[in-house]
Parts: sequence; structure tokens; C-alpha cells
Amino acid sequence: MFEALHGSWSPWISGALIGLMVPGLYLIVGRRFGISSSLQHIGAMCAPNVKAEYIRLHNWRNHTWSLIFVGGVVFGSLLATQFITSDPLPVLPDAASSVGGVARLAFGGVLVGFGTRYAGGCTSGHTISGISNLNPASMVATAAFFTGGLISTWGLSFLIF
Amino acid sequence: MEILEKLPTPGPKLRPWQYGAAFTFGTFFGAVLYKSEVIRWARINAMFRFEELHMYIIIGMAIAVGIPSMYLIKRLEAKTVTGDVVPIKDPPFQRGVIYGGLTFGIGWAITAACPGPIYAQIGSGAFPALATLVGAVGGMFIYAVLRPRLPH
Repeated sequence: MFEALHGSWSPWISGALIGLMVPGLYLIVGRRFGISSSLQHIGAMCAPNVKAEYIRLHNWRNHTWSLIFVGGVVFGSLLATQFITSDPLPVLPDAASSVGGVARLAFGGVLVGFGTRYAGGCTSGHTISGISNLNPASMVATAAFFTGGLISTWGLSFLIF
Repeated sequence: MEILEKLPTPGPKLRPWQYGAAFTFGTFFGAVLYKSEVIRWARINAMFRFEELHMYIIIGMAIAVGIPSMYLIKRLEAKTVTGDVVPIKDPPFQRGVIYGGLTFGIGWAITAACPGPIYAQIGSGAFPALATLVGAVGGMFIYAVLRPRLPH
């Protein structure tokens, strides 16, 4: 079924579909497209007694839509894997499954969690939602994201698989 | 960000069906992230190595669709389907945009994961990405604790 969908999707069409998330969520769900805030909601839900105000004063129940959205992302990727893919995508390099690989992912994850929350957004919240609204801070953020990626790819290559 | 946090909710009160819509949008987004290979480590690495245009086209097209969408929403003063004001609130500039942005970028190239793709990697069965998620929640906690002492 849906044979035409089985290969890798065109980046032109996929990018446009991702762009539609911005007006889609704003107009139909009444929410701004962004994902990294889900980390704060998960933290506040799992550890409500943490003293830091960023967690303690954060009422994740006002943001359940975000957790539901994130659940959808997991489910959508699962559906794509199971039903519209003939050759499973090699998502992560084989080396990621080793102890060293998992440690590297966890370390990189710390940088992702810290950095996106400090910056106030990620590729979705800043680069897509923010730049779509011509928000200057989001343009600066995107330049910083990309510069950081170049620093680790070219300058800290011992961290890269 | 301070303003955002003082808001009781991130937008108008949701009707129950809108939670279903949020899940549907998430499902759609997760499927696109998988099928366009945004969640594939090799694609992110090739972007930072300037070896292929794939990721540049995707991000560029997303913005190319997003900019006119936002222009129209503001120009037409569009309301949400529930008749509410569209809650446009972008994160403001503060020094964390640069320092945090650089930190995130370094982690992005290591893990090939911005927060959205982490969830999609897990959904695709790439379970080492659970380590990325645990790390990311940990990194968020580190930010929460250090926040009063970090320049904003």
C-alpha cells in the first residue's frame, strides 16, 4: 500500500510540509510550533520537587498539548517505519549502539537540552517558527546553532562518530 | 522568556478535540522527519560537512512556506479555528541565544538530534537515542539550576 511513499521523500516537499506546521498549529491548535520546551515540561512532570524555579514554578499541566504533540512525533515515526518504508533507514551509525556511542549521545544530549533551553528554542522554535515571523533573535540563534555544529564537526572531531 | 512564563497558558484554552489535532500534527511531523531522513545521523553530518544540499533544502523550504504564512496571518489578522487571537510570542533576544545556541549546535552535530528528531529517532526504533533524550532532560535540569547565575 502507498508504494509511492516508500522511498526517501523529496526534501522540497518535506520541507514545505514542515513549514506548514507553523500556520497549522497556530490556526488549528492555537499553539506556537516548538519542541524543546517539552524538555522543561517532562522535567517538571517527573521531578516537581526540584528547587530550581525554572522547574518548581513551571506548571506543565498548562502545556499538556506539547507532550501530546511529542507523543505524536514518536508515533508518526513508528508508523512511517512500519507501514511506508521497505528498507529501514539507518538512522544512527552502528557505532552509536556501543557503550562509548551511547555515552557520546548522552553527552551530546546534555548540550542539546542545556543549549536549547538557554537559547529559548531549537531548530523548530527558533529556526522555523521564529524566522518565519522574522524574529531577529531567532536569526541570531540559528547562526549560533550552525556555528556550534561547524565547531564540533570540524574542530572537535573526536566527539563525532 | 519571562513574559512567556508568566502567561498562565501558552495560548487560548484548548477544546478537547484540539488535543487530538495536536497528536495528529505530531504524527504527521514525526512521519515527515523519518521519510525525509532529517533524523538520519549521516544527513546532519553531511550538512555540516557541506557535502549535500538535502538539509539546506528542507530547512529553506520550511522557512519559505513559514514566512508568507506568518505574513498572511498577521496581515489578515487571522483568528484560530476557535475564534481566538493567534498567540504569536517569539523568544526575545538575550545573551543565551548566542551561548545556548552555540552549545546546542555542538550537541546537534554529535547526536544529529534537535529535540524533535530525538523523539522521532526513538519512534523509529533507534533506541540509542533514548540516551540522547535522557541527556537532553539532564541538560535542561542543569540549565534550570544554573539559570539564576547565567547571563541572560
